Amino acid sequence: MSTKTVNQKAWFMVLPVVLLVAFNAVIPLMTVVNYSLQETFGDNVFFYEGLTWFEQVLHSERFHAALGRQAAFTLIILLIEIPLGVAIALAMPRKGIGVPVCLVLMSLPLLIPWNVVGAMWNIFALPEIGLLGKTLNSLGFDYNYTRQPFDAWATTIAMDVWHWTSLVVLLAYAGLSAIPDDFYQAARIDGASRWSVFRYIQLPKLKRVLTIAILLRFMDSFMIYTEPFVLTGGGPGNTTTFLSIDLVKMALGQFDLGPAAAMSIIYFLVILLVSWVFYTYTMRHED
Amino acid sequence: MAEISLSNVRHSYLDEPGEDADWALKNVDLVWEDGGAYALLGSSGCGKTTMLNLISGLLTPTEGRILFDGKDVTRNQAEARNIAQVFQFPVVYDTMTVRQNLAFPLKNRGVARYEIDKRVREIAGLLDLEASLDKRARGLTADGKQKISLGRGLVRSDVNAILFDEPLTVIDPHLKWQLRSKLKELHQRVGATMIYVTHDQTEALTFADQVVVMHDGHVVQSGSPVELFENPRHTFVGHFIGSPGMNVLPGTLLNGKVTYCGYSLDGEYSDKAIDRILNSENFEIGVRPENIHFSREGIPVEVTRVDDTGRMKIVTTRHNQQNIRLIVPEGEAVPEQQGYIQFSPGGASVYLDSWLLDAEGGHS
Amino acid sequence: MSRIKWLLPTIYIVFLMLPIYWLLNMSFKSTNEILGSFTLWPQNFTLDNYKTIFTNPSWYNGYLNSIAYVVVNSVVAVLVALPAAYAFSRYRFLGDKHLFFWLLTNRMAPPAVFALPFIQLYSAIGLFDTIWAVALAHCLFNVPLAVWILEGFMSGVPKELDETAYIDGYSFPRFFTRIFIPTITAGIGVAAFFCFMFSWVELLLAKSLTSVAAKPIAATMTKTASSSGYELGLLAAAGALTLIPGAIVIWFVRNYIAKGFALGRV
Repeated sequence: MSTKTVNQKAWFMVLPVVLLVAFNAVIPLMTVVNYSLQETFGDNVFFYEGLTWFEQVLHSERFHAALGRQAAFTLIILLIEIPLGVAIALAMPRKGIGVPVCLVLMSLPLLIPWNVVGAMWNIFALPEIGLLGKTLNSLGFDYNYTRQPFDAWATTIAMDVWHWTSLVVLLAYAGLSAIPDDFYQAARIDGASRWSVFRYIQLPKLKRVLTIAILLRFMDSFMIYTEPFVLTGGGPGNTTTFLSIDLVKMALGQFDLGPAAAMSIIYFLVILLVSWVFYTYTMRHED
Repeated sequence: MAEISLSNVRHSYLDEPGEDADWALKNVDLVWEDGGAYALLGSSGCGKTTMLNLISGLLTPTEGRILFDGKDVTRNQAEARNIAQVFQFPVVYDTMTVRQNLAFPLKNRGVARYEIDKRVREIAGLLDLEASLDKRARGLTADGKQKISLGRGLVRSDVNAILFDEPLTVIDPHLKWQLRSKLKELHQRVGATMIYVTHDQTEALTFADQVVVMHDGHVVQSGSPVELFENPRHTFVGHFIGSPGMNVLPGTLLNGKVTYCGYSLDGEYSDKAIDRILNSENFEIGVRPENIHFSREGIPVEVTRVDDTGRMKIVTTRHNQQNIRLIVPEGEAVPEQQGYIQFSPGGASVYLDSWLLDAEGGHS
Repeated sequence: MSRIKWLLPTIYIVFLMLPIYWLLNMSFKSTNEILGSFTLWPQNFTLDNYKTIFTNPSWYNGYLNSIAYVVVNSVVAVLVALPAAYAFSRYRFLGDKHLFFWLLTNRMAPPAVFALPFIQLYSAIGLFDTIWAVALAHCLFNVPLAVWILEGFMSGVPKELDETAYIDGYSFPRFFTRIFIPTITAGIGVAAFFCFMFSWVELLLAKSLTSVAAKPIAATMTKTASSSGYELGLLAAAGALTLIPGAIVIWFVRNYIAKGFALGRV
């Protein structure tokens, strides 16, 4: 909208938001930056360390491994959740009682506290008494997510797909509902195939919502902590220790504040950078 | 190309239509002749779009049959009917260029490449789209987008009919006129049946050789513009066509004579006709403003308003709480306040429950 | 094609319901039955697990704490976001675009990064272990979200509405509360829904900022799981109860869900 009027007094209206968010974001961020540049041996005595912690983190195998696991996890869940979510949205009913039923049932996982999601999958997948674990084992698979890394990964991914695909479905469904009937009718008149309708009408109209879906799923899966922590505790070994789990272990478990703070900053910057690059790249043709 | 007939077609959007009001289209029996230029005229919500979608196959009628050259296509889907249709609001494929947009309907039907090229260039020339052929369609204005929609409808050379659903709604007024004459010109060149839906009588009368008027789910009359004007079969047609529309006045029977407020109309009505008038619920008399003139005697009226359009005056008068409009040629006098009017011979017709009654007593 | 179309959503919904069913199933079993045998539905149906939760204050207080901070957070977030969203949707001012972008970047901040600094910050101002700490901390990501959603709804309201009201002699506060807010109630509902949702499901910060007095239900569960061995039935019942607020909220906004997401604008 180009009709906005210039009004510097509008700052007073955004002031409460700025103060509240700054209180929560700027002060803690300063603390983190502070820690990342200093060393402490307790008693609130600090020594300036410069960029030592950053160099240490950037060269540590532990960080590389966690980052690698994190990237792999995010990539896998994006590759599953985005196409699956779009496919489900395409197959959903457009009118009638089916619509609210689908929407309500599908939204349910999104409103379950994250540790309950972890706990739920924990009991669901237990090899002896969980429905999933027991079924897999009686089908002849040697399934145990607390002992075998592959099983732990598969379960974590299944849990994330269970938890978050609905978000993609809802976004895609909203995008699809916004396409006027005229477009489908014109396509039928033009003799377009089902694939052409998807490729030339639905996909272009979904571009915006899919950009948002990918961004949200990227950010949230990159920050994932609670669900895998409750499900596997990061194990077996370190195999499902993603960045946030590693960070909390380091900061609150080992109290390695310096490296933890340096890692926090690198972590945050990675998310910002990837989001920014992705967004500007996909939106480069938009007005 | 084909003759398109609708045989006893009824359509409802409800699953279990019951009463009359549930039907969007109430028993339509109509033939669209091959190669005609038709306008489908009517006010919003009268069933025009429903009719188009039934012809193109986007809808399947609840009852009745649709025939193309005598062949039953009622159950055929839109893809199988070979009909082109242009919608009210522009539909373009955003990610394609203008050229790809125009070629799309041909490509989907496996037309040879050189043939596609030729057709696309021809249509682009016709619609002044040559300059933007390689631009992305999404960057165009609403006008430009609607031109693409029109182009996609016109690009196919072998269609049974081209249907236009109020295609110029979003177009600028000056372009509207230009595009309408282009369509007319195109019709003369390709000779395909064209059906043009509109609620604007000027648009309908300038485009079409034949006008089909719809009202409340019925086809009330179909004919040439002159027929519709001179001989409206339904009060709605009289109202809708002509400017100002036909006066519709309450009728009364006095000593077996058809009268308006005791002033009897000329023309003889048979006994059968009188009988029908007696049995009707709503007895009205329709007179075109062109068929009324001021006189020394006749129906006394009070002149309430005079609009001068330059070539003529539209005079609004009042008799018995009833507005009566008449057209007075430029140069003729209009009484100051009180005056008398008379209906021209043969200028008034009888309408029973909105339908025209002829002198013998039948509905035409 | 269209005949098998319903298959995919149906399979997906069944997949969604299975773990939930298993949770409910377990919550109605005794610990003995859970550990003793594998049964597809409770053989000895019992409400004991639920009874424990409703009679033990350390359990039900967890629920009250969670609900309290979620409601406080949603109200605060929407209230401060309303004028800000109006400013972003109607005016241009120095740094407006940068400010908007900076607000959104806070949605990208991993809570794990903020856990420790938050503990120190909220201890320093004496709010540690109160519902206020959690409610304010969740504003970090909920306020930007509420501003974003409301801005979208407000931009959809024509500016002429404002101008007409001023011509009719309304003062700004009176216009804003009497006319503008009622026209965007749907937007406020959607924004509140999302604030509720994200505050209700987040646990890392909620757990870090509380110890005893204000502990959320989700944290109570985690503690139980580790301290008192495997009380799976109790854990399942507590988990099942956390589904209820979400289900109620979804039911109320079911007609707005698609619309809220349709805002798809960045």
